[in-house]
Amino acid sequence: MTGPAQKFIPRPRPETAAWWEGCRKHELLLQSCTKCGHRQFYPRIICTECMSDKLEWKRSAGRGQVLTFTICRLPVSEAYAGDVPYVIALVQLEEGPTMMSNIVQCDPDAVATGMAVEVLFEQRSEEITIPLFRPIPAAQKQ
Amino acid sequence: MNSLRGKVAIVGAAETEVGKVPHFGATALCVDAARRAMNDAGISKDQVDGLVTCNSMAEPYMYHAEVIAEYLQIFPRYCVSANAGGGTTFSSLHHAATAIANGVCETVLITMADSLRTGLSREQAMKMQASTGHPEFEIPYGPTVPAFYALIARAHMDAYGTTPEQLAAVAVSGRKHAALNPNAQMRELISVEDVLNSRLIADPLHLLDCSLVSDGGAAVILTSAERARDFPHHPVYVLGAGEGHSHEHISQASSLTVSAAVESGHRAFKMAGLGPDDIDVAQIYDCFTPVVLIELEDLGFCRKGEAGAFVEAGETGLEGSLPMNTNGGLLSHCHPGNPGSMFALTEAVTQLQHRAGARQVKDAETALVHGQGGIMSSHATLILGRERS
Repeated sequence: MTGPAQKFIPRPRPETAAWWEGCRKHELLLQSCTKCGHRQFYPRIICTECMSDKLEWKRSAGRGQVLTFTICRLPVSEAYAGDVPYVIALVQLEEGPTMMSNIVQCDPDAVATGMAVEVLFEQRSEEITIPLFRPIPAAQKQ
Repeated sequence: MNSLRGKVAIVGAAETEVGKVPHFGATALCVDAARRAMNDAGISKDQVDGLVTCNSMAEPYMYHAEVIAEYLQIFPRYCVSANAGGGTTFSSLHHAATAIANGVCETVLITMADSLRTGLSREQAMKMQASTGHPEFEIPYGPTVPAFYALIARAHMDAYGTTPEQLAAVAVSGRKHAALNPNAQMRELISVEDVLNSRLIADPLHLLDCSLVSDGGAAVILTSAERARDFPHHPVYVLGAGEGHSHEHISQASSLTVSAAVESGHRAFKMAGLGPDDIDVAQIYDCFTPVVLIELEDLGFCRKGEAGAFVEAGETGLEGSLPMNTNGGLLSHCHPGNPGSMFALTEAVTQLQHRAGARQVKDAETALVHGQGGIMSSHATLILGRERS
């Protein structure tokens, strides 16, 4: 065996490598179509609206709202047992696209649908940093 | 498009022992199911010229159907291993029926099995199933399969005021039927309180909102309607088949509360020339309780947002307006993973052959079976009937 259980570390693909590089620099990126303006996540080699391959990276403001969420009371594996109870949510970014993430730095029971959240980053290995979200304190909401 | 309506029939159906079946591995269960279905149809293996299987998690093969053909020593002209999660069964029956209707083959054996209970450790089974998540953009966050479905449950509650009690009523309804089914894995009656008092797995889903982890297999024999009269039991005709595919990963779903069951159901009803009111018995994919509510609504059995009240009112009981999951479903009968929907199919056939014993829906003439795979991703609906048209 290879020591203590480690959380899952994704392996970037050619079309997602730039996105993961963004995370490493604490920048949440989205693809923007230069032809039709569509913004999308996850990264692809084509625009899902117009099939153009002329896509550019735009930095997301990193803010969004909780579309739906759950509190995991049973970890998926030993590596996640220390986090129980942990929140898994779908977050809709201000720019439109939706992504899965964890909501952290708050009491899981305080998470609610519609809650305003902002991105933060957790380093998981030298290459891989994962975007997570935390509630935006009421005073800072725009 | 040419209609499949009434062109193909199921002439044999059977399931293995289910639950904990340590004396058979996944491959043996698949073969045992096949043997039982051939016996039910009264045919020898030489009469099978088409084979459809799905891969197993406990005993996976690169080319699963080829392995099963070799094990059985059959030499089909049509041999496919299908994989679309819980939608696999009806989707592959759709394909097989098309093959028969087009003269590609005459008699297809569809056999599927797995042993998630004794063939894998608990951790292996959980990780294997959770690997349905996106490897870069979902799995790193540690979701379990119940967690994926809890996201949908929450969305339905937010949109329509669905309550945990209504989710629980789905599990209670299935268990009542399982209590009448001697082969079901869980037969002890439960109450709404029992569900709500069971351990929270992923809010709002409790342990009893989640389907079972089982060993088991089931198989059917499919042939052309012309040949279907020559078998020992009443043929069950395929009247309608439809599919809908909307996404694979839940974070990419365009809606969390409306599924591609809308499309699959519409396509199946249209082919059958029937509507929801014409259905006597339904087997609705119930891997988790909220899934049933969304499917009941999307298939047109109730209006959007009203399925919770529909189940709570007892409409899905044997005496209700839509007897549902009459074998106990995935929540109480068994759930060996990808083959799960096979048991809904064999149960629908048993009901339409009027061989369901204590759980028989009186005079059942038509049945709807619906499966979904992924996380509300791939949907397949079949409409079956005792009469060809």
